[in-house]
Amino acid sequence: MTCTLSNWLSHLSQAVVISLVVLPSSAYGLDAQREAELIHLVRQDCGSCHGMTLNGGLGRPLLPETLKDADSEAIAAIILGGVPGKPMPPWSGLLSEADAVWIAKKLKEGFPQ
Amino acid sequence: MRRRSFLQFSLLTSVVAAVRPVSATELALRGTGDLGLAVERATGSLLILDTSHRKALSRVEGLGDLSHASASFSRDERFAYIFGRDGGLTKVDLLGQVIANRIIQAGNSIGGAISDDGKLVAVSNYKPGGVKVFDAQTLEIVAEIPAVYGSGKRSKVVGLVDAPGRRFVFTLYDAGEIWLADFSASGPPRIEKYPGIGELPYDALITSDGRHYIAGLYGEDGLVHLDLWADKITPKRVLDGYGRGEKKLPVYKMPHLEGWALAGERFLLPAVGRYELLALDAATFKESGRVSVHGQPVFAVARPDGRHVWVNFAHPRNDTIQIVDVPSLKIIHEFQPGPAVLHMEFTPRGHEVWISVRDADRIDIYDTRTFEKRGEITARSPSGIFFTARAHRIGL
Repeated sequence: MTCTLSNWLSHLSQAVVISLVVLPSSAYGLDAQREAELIHLVRQDCGSCHGMTLNGGLGRPLLPETLKDADSEAIAAIILGGVPGKPMPPWSGLLSEADAVWIAKKLKEGFPQ
Repeated sequence: MRRRSFLQFSLLTSVVAAVRPVSATELALRGTGDLGLAVERATGSLLILDTSHRKALSRVEGLGDLSHASASFSRDERFAYIFGRDGGLTKVDLLGQVIANRIIQAGNSIGGAISDDGKLVAVSNYKPGGVKVFDAQTLEIVAEIPAVYGSGKRSKVVGLVDAPGRRFVFTLYDAGEIWLADFSASGPPRIEKYPGIGELPYDALITSDGRHYIAGLYGEDGLVHLDLWADKITPKRVLDGYGRGEKKLPVYKMPHLEGWALAGERFLLPAVGRYELLALDAATFKESGRVSVHGQPVFAVARPDGRHVWVNFAHPRNDTIQIVDVPSLKIIHEFQPGPAVLHMEFTPRGHEVWISVRDADRIDIYDTRTFEKRGEITARSPSGIFFTARAHRIGL
């Protein structure tokens, strides 16, 4: 999954049409398999710093109440770009914009198990 | 007919079992020197392992959030102290295969250590930042050391180890300080503070002779060295600027420093954000070479004899292990145990190594000389593996 933001936007309308019929969550351009991969990655690999329950560790907690003042675009930007000077790395080499936006929205809602 | 005889047989065995339960004496008549445990991080459980027979003896459940758990062992190698992410401190009886005691001592924890006399268990906490010290027998609190710095802020604590003489050494991540807590006298501990060591120290270790404490810095290129044998202990920067001027790669997982034992006359340690191991001369603490490796190293663990160092890697290159020959600094073997190789633990004299392969739900056992696979054990998302021989090693 390496689609760029512009790619993703250009396919968005098509994806939405399909999603109405097939699978609502594919509005983000992600299929069920990719979502499962992202859930695994967030729980296991983000979890090494943020805790597997996302309750925090060396990194801050990523729970709905701690993220309520941040909008999902800003969270997605941090996921992709990292935090300079802090251990939070830029994940843009491994995650697409669509991945990051999906993760950010799910973190705000309460991340799936 | 066959079915009936089976029923009779099972009835018979159950009667035998009922009149002849396993006695306390039989339970006690078993050594623990070849036991260990594996953390099942996703389910809050442990497997108790028998390394002689390469099998899991039982599963102990109910240990809370084990997403970054580690263990220390009592001097008699019967009990393990498990330090959980959620502030849980659990004392597990390896012989009885049960939880002997469990407390929640903080909101968020990272690790722990046991004193050289086996009487104190210390835990390093992120929230509230500091160290708490407990009676190893009862888990009653003995001392609380808040990691207060600057204008009263509290720092997360990392790199907590024991040092000879009933001491603990630890590092304040946010403050950039190393503290030494001395419990050798009765009453509250004497605390020595070494401030200004550098930006964002992320982990530390102590050498197995208890002399050298070394902290890795995330925020700067270099490490900090404390010689605990010195009359006046002074933090000194080592490997200063090992990657300066070069663009670092994103660090998807912080390396661990525990496990770099003295290997011959040098230490091999993982570089932050580089596909490299750094070699450090054990006498001068100057760089004595580098080894290019498969990815960003997480653990670089010396086989107990120090001849080889086994290395695993950060996501997404974490399916591979490489083995470095220390005298020549050459990679002599490489293999792919499976997805997400998280940890390696050697048997006490290093004839075998047990490897957790998290995403295959498996622990693999390899011969460390032929590199042949000797066995495997099913485990749920295994992470850390800890053998009881750690009980008798300084710093573990």
